[in-house]
Amino acid sequence: MKYLLLKHYRGAPAAVNDVPMDQWTPEEVSAHMQYMRDFATRLEGTGEFVDGQALSPEGTFVRYDGEGRPPVTDGPFAETKDLIAGWMVIDVDSYERALALAGELSAAPGAGGKPIHEWLEVRPFLTEPPTITE
Amino acid sequence: MDEALLRTLTPTVIGILVRRGADFAAAEDAVQDALVEAVRAWPGDPPRDPKGWLVTVAWRKFLDAVRADASRRHREVRVDAEPVPGPVEGEDDTLQLYFLCAHPSLTPASAVALTLRAVGGLTTRQIAEAYLVPEATMAQRISRAKRTVAEVRFDQPGDVATVLRVLYLVFNEGYSGDVDLAGEAIRLTRQLAAAIDHEEVAGLLALMLLHHARRPARTGPDGRLVPLAEQDRSRWNTRLIAEGVEVLQRALARDRLGEFQAQAAIAALHADAPAAEETDWVQIVEWYDELVRLTGSPVARLNRAVAVGEADGARSGLAALATLDPALPRYTAVAAYLHERDGDVVTAARLYAEAARSAASLAERDHLTRQAARLNARLSR
Repeated sequence: MKYLLLKHYRGAPAAVNDVPMDQWTPEEVSAHMQYMRDFATRLEGTGEFVDGQALSPEGTFVRYDGEGRPPVTDGPFAETKDLIAGWMVIDVDSYERALALAGELSAAPGAGGKPIHEWLEVRPFLTEPPTITE
Repeated sequence: MDEALLRTLTPTVIGILVRRGADFAAAEDAVQDALVEAVRAWPGDPPRDPKGWLVTVAWRKFLDAVRADASRRHREVRVDAEPVPGPVEGEDDTLQLYFLCAHPSLTPASAVALTLRAVGGLTTRQIAEAYLVPEATMAQRISRAKRTVAEVRFDQPGDVATVLRVLYLVFNEGYSGDVDLAGEAIRLTRQLAAAIDHEEVAGLLALMLLHHARRPARTGPDGRLVPLAEQDRSRWNTRLIAEGVEVLQRALARDRLGEFQAQAAIAALHADAPAAEETDWVQIVEWYDELVRLTGSPVARLNRAVAVGEADGARSGLAALATLDPALPRYTAVAAYLHERDGDVVTAARLYAEAARSAASLAERDHLTRQAARLNARLSR
């Protein structure tokens, strides 16, 4: 079962340990990055890691508008511009395992070396229809 | 099986087929087929003249493909004995392939992919892996590029500058997967430098060698960026530096300065300093002046502002920066650095955090975030 773990720049509920990263100490920043790397490496080891990427904070909305240049806007965001900061795709045996891993990722250390407790979005991938349905 | 030999022969053989009248895409396909055959046949029965063998087989593959009676022909070929290695012209057509692959009708990304495939002899899979895209995607990109240049006449003289730009792009892609693109770019540029006598080819080769020499020290064990001033200079490759400097000096002696020679001269001055504080910033500023004169490039002006900050003090650097467009990539990071050097830690911390938000690579973003964190930690103490 594949799941997408989404980290948001904005739009998710506030983390418990909600201090912007540039207000951490350099050691805390390094510890956080090391935690993320170790997490991915460990999941590669268990065969549960599929892919992961970080995204730039800048995004725009585009749509088809007839021939010519498509219109581009800063987004139809209601109150806060909700943008994906990055994602990781995992392939795990159960929904419970996906939740457990997302929880673990959310516990990455932040300011004061304490877990950030940030919110991550967990979404299952749609799958192929089964060959045998009866 | 000598894979390196096959890679070196690939462009030559494609070039010969094209000159005999095959169009580029067909020649390229035929050579790939011949390479597959070589991998099968050579280990048991190595040919005396590998190039002649490849030309013979590739030409036959090409004829197979274009003749209507391809299947009959194919059967004939299979019962045919080992092709007799005939004499092959000594003239090297690789050079023309370089120009074809750097044709202005191609986008830079396509030109790079086509160069790696046709001149570098890399497989589509290797190129796809290096660019982290699916093999099918890269295969499409390469066929599109081949279709684009299909109508281009092979005997048109090309523009060396475009070829050099493509090789520079390959170098800057660095590496991932099992192909080291920086190493590959150096190999191809060496090949080009051996084929034509041009001061800017030498300039680019020198630039690549000098940067490549510092690569082991550019990142820490955890993948983080290590700024030039903090690099462990004992990890620089002195052999490559010596070669780069020599190639550069020969090029400069011809007194036909170009942008790659100027960039290489700056890299050489950095490589030459036994310690960061012994860097000859005054000379580096002079080379940036040349570079700005040659290219007018805003990026060169931005780098010049950093060098001015080192040579004449942070205030002068900030004054140079003030004349530039703040929308330039890395402008904010440079401003942060110069403000810190000027003692304005509050502004520097704010600018580093801002620069981190607009960084184009993860390693750069992490580096800038750490710089902001470092200054903010100092401020809160």
